[in-house]
Amino acid sequence: MAGMNSPATVGKTRSSGLPGSARFSPRRRRQISQAVQYTLFVAVALTLVLVADWERVQRGFFDGTSAASMFPELITVAMKNTVIFTITGYVLGFALGLVVALMRLSSAAPNRIVALVFIEVFRGLPALLVFILIGFGLPIAFPGFSLPFGIYGTVALALGLVAAAYLAETFRAGIQAVPRGQMEAARSLGMSYSRAMVTIVVPQAIRIVIPPLTNELILLFKDSSLVFALGLTAATTELTKLGRDVSIEFATSTPLLLAGATYLVITVPLGYAVRRLEARQAKERR
Amino acid sequence: MSAAGDGSGRMVEIRGLSKSFGDLEVLSGIDVTVEAGEVVCVIGPSGSGKSTLLRCVNMLEVPTAGSVHVSGVELTHRDVDIDAARRMIGMVFQQFNLFGHLSVMDNVTIAQRRVLRRTKGEAERIGRENLAKVGVAEKESSYPPQLSGGQQQRVAIARALSMNPEVMLFDEPTSALDPELVGDVLGAMRQLAEEGMTMLVVTHEMQFAREVADRVLFMDEGMLVEQGPPSQVIADPRHERTRTFLARVLNPTHAGE
Ligand SMILES: Nc1ncnc2c1ncn2[C@@H]1O[C@H](COP(=O)(O)OP(=O)(O)OP(=O)(O)O)[C@@H](O)[C@H]1O
Ligand SMILES: [Mg+2]
Repeated sequence: MAGMNSPATVGKTRSSGLPGSARFSPRRRRQISQAVQYTLFVAVALTLVLVADWERVQRGFFDGTSAASMFPELITVAMKNTVIFTITGYVLGFALGLVVALMRLSSAAPNRIVALVFIEVFRGLPALLVFILIGFGLPIAFPGFSLPFGIYGTVALALGLVAAAYLAETFRAGIQAVPRGQMEAARSLGMSYSRAMVTIVVPQAIRIVIPPLTNELILLFKDSSLVFALGLTAATTELTKLGRDVSIEFATSTPLLLAGATYLVITVPLGYAVRRLEARQAKERR
Repeated sequence: MSAAGDGSGRMVEIRGLSKSFGDLEVLSGIDVTVEAGEVVCVIGPSGSGKSTLLRCVNMLEVPTAGSVHVSGVELTHRDVDIDAARRMIGMVFQQFNLFGHLSVMDNVTIAQRRVLRRTKGEAERIGRENLAKVGVAEKESSYPPQLSGGQQQRVAIARALSMNPEVMLFDEPTSALDPELVGDVLGAMRQLAEEGMTMLVVTHEMQFAREVADRVLFMDEGMLVEQGPPSQVIADPRHERTRTFLARVLNPTHAGE
């Protein structure tokens, strides 16, 4: 062990070696600390189990009738719509975010300023507010103008704008992480700046930021629930809205729990994929 | 051995070249001419401006003053099509700079296809030819991280050659290599020189400079201190600064410092 020779350590070692000493060895101390933690955990769990009114818990969270009534709409309509909202928003946000990131790194000041303002605005505004602005503000400001695909177009745009602001910063970090020599080699072969960016730098940048890009996708799945602010029909309902509606109808929380579980069915594997990718990148970097 | 002075004229002409980074003047009034077919080696201590000089030849660094002509085109002219001009200048970097996301074959074909608009078949034929020439033909489907440094650098040479450049710039192409891999890369460069390629080479390999260079330039503190055939600059330098530098580089007791 390092520092064995320092007087303080020697003193400590000696006193803990004495029979009947109040001090414990580090290993012993760790064992005691763990034992205390487990005891506390079990105590809390037991208290919860004893205090809870199990009949009410079952009615509230594990109610078969309301759960059964959610099928097959939970999957065929709600989950499908949540996925559509999220994917279209993400695709739009991906493309827009990439453009904004390139503008942010542009040598032309107007490009940089526009990009910066965009990022600050859509990163700073609550997503809910963006939804309302796009859903109700746009039609009022531009009468007669309507986004294609009805609610789907509105959601894609709103989610896309929110995602683009975050994704732009992610892309920018990725582009800056690509060694400068890549751009220089491409330019020395006669490629223009934009050609080199598109064929050489951006593909490598995206590889670098795949984990945060996937995290953004997970976040967007959750943000897609904000579409409730726009008012949804039975055909355009999504997970949170369906869970809430059925939950009110049956006066039980079970549908919410089921809707929540459905989100997790999508997001947990994605999170697992992110961790795998990160581990692989960490290994490659070594 | 070289085609210098065969009437095909000046390939690279650098006049009054200066370059400053902020207040730091890195190059001050450099004049260099490289004839077609000539091999010119640039030597000098670290920080003397060798890389900057080379990078000014293809405008990776924009000179503060002076002019650069390559094959009759003035690269320092403000209306020059720099992308077109760079096609005639191949560059090989100390750190290879292979495109990490592309296979060896894609590395040597991507610029041919996107810049020269060659067909896939033609680009691959030319790429394969150049990979074979530098001795890495069997690696065409590998990815850069799977290759040794020496192999990567030879792929980088093949990549530059596949654009049919009129002149090749090398910036310390063997400095990042393990000693046992240096020979393969220098061998490829030597062969290129024998074929008559015009080359401007920054290097610390004195043996290579002595045997392959038509002319050696010694730079120190952003100035061209002396130039001439290797038999003179390396074997019998006129200037004290050149002598001090060579003593340090050639003296084995100081090697590995
Ligand atoms: N982009 C830059 N910004 C600021 N200073 C720079 C830049 N590039 C080079 N320099 C400085 O210019 C000087 C010359 O650099 P250069 O790389 O040309 O030297 P070199 O002769 O190639 O050295 P070495 O043998 O170490 O490669 C150095 O002092 C360096 O710090
Ligand atoms: Mg250098």
